[in-house]
Amino acid sequence: MAGSKEVEWGDIWHNPLGGKERKMLEQKNNNTSEQKNKNTLEQTESKGMSLIVKTITRLTVGLILLYGIYIVLHGHISPGGGFAGGVIIALSFIHLMLAFGKEEVLKRFSSEYITFFEGLGATLFLGIAILGFLAGYFFLDFFVDKGAPFNLFSAGNIPLYNIAIGIKVSSGLFAIFVFLVLLRVIKDKDKQ
Amino acid sequence: MLELEFLIIFMILGAIIAIETKDMLSSVVAVGISGLGLSLAFLFLKAPDLAITQLVVEILCLIILIRATLRRDLPFSTSGRWYFNTTVTFVFLGAFLFLSYFILKELPSFGQPLMRVSEFYLNQGKNLTKATNLVTSIILNFRAYDTLGEATVLFTAVIGVLAVVRKIGRK
Repeated sequence: MAGSKEVEWGDIWHNPLGGKERKMLEQKNNNTSEQKNKNTLEQTESKGMSLIVKTITRLTVGLILLYGIYIVLHGHISPGGGFAGGVIIALSFIHLMLAFGKEEVLKRFSSEYITFFEGLGATLFLGIAILGFLAGYFFLDFFVDKGAPFNLFSAGNIPLYNIAIGIKVSSGLFAIFVFLVLLRVIKDKDKQ
Repeated sequence: MLELEFLIIFMILGAIIAIETKDMLSSVVAVGISGLGLSLAFLFLKAPDLAITQLVVEILCLIILIRATLRRDLPFSTSGRWYFNTTVTFVFLGAFLFLSYFILKELPSFGQPLMRVSEFYLNQGKNLTKATNLVTSIILNFRAYDTLGEATVLFTAVIGVLAVVRKIGRK
């Protein structure tokens, strides 16, 4: 599998640690540079949007990510929770991807990381649930001192569940977006 | 509840525009009207958790739909009517409305739930879990199995997208 030059999409299953996607993107870059006249639309799209959008994105994307983390961490105090905060975190990554193009972002967060965090979130949720066996049965709150209400560190293991769901939802939705975007690349490659 | 009825009319208008518009992008944007209207409706019904989630998921769905539909020649037939399909649809719609008339009469009226189980959650939720957001205390403590199922649904959706998008086996 390592010696094959034709990078298949299914390779991600067999070799989860290899930099297959970077290779695929480089290959795609070569393809597009050869046929620059044919699909300039795709070329400009992969580079991202204009300078204004990029500058605004640099200013706002950190705030959006911070707001998502705030909603996840304060899910047991104020409205929100793991799902809503996770979607906001995923939207911040998608914001980055729409503004700067898919190559820029996939260089930093490749889909191996995304699938790793997806699995990590699900395993964390199930692991905290199984830790309830320490006290007696499944899904039991194993904290003895639950703290006072309206505090950040209170409510037993509900914040831990929120964090696990936040990791899972953000990486899962971003994964769906990334795979649907990469689907266009492969479809365009098939047509040529 | 006047504003709710106004919002529902607004959402139905958005849905009709989404069906009738020829341009794909306008159609996708018009679908967003009903989603954002639903978010406002949740806010009027005093469910801020649901409003936040609906708003954010609506934005995500709009982005994904625009990325998926824009600049792609989807088969979008505007001519040709299938009389058999239309007849079957109307027959089932009529049967559904006829039966649901009798069923909806038996339900409790709007805004007055039965409150058998939720009474316990409302009274004891804060003392038992020490979480001030009661919705979170219900979905992550009392009904955590439901949330596990929901997480499994999302996990299955991601695996399904990966399985559909893969390249091996599409020859």
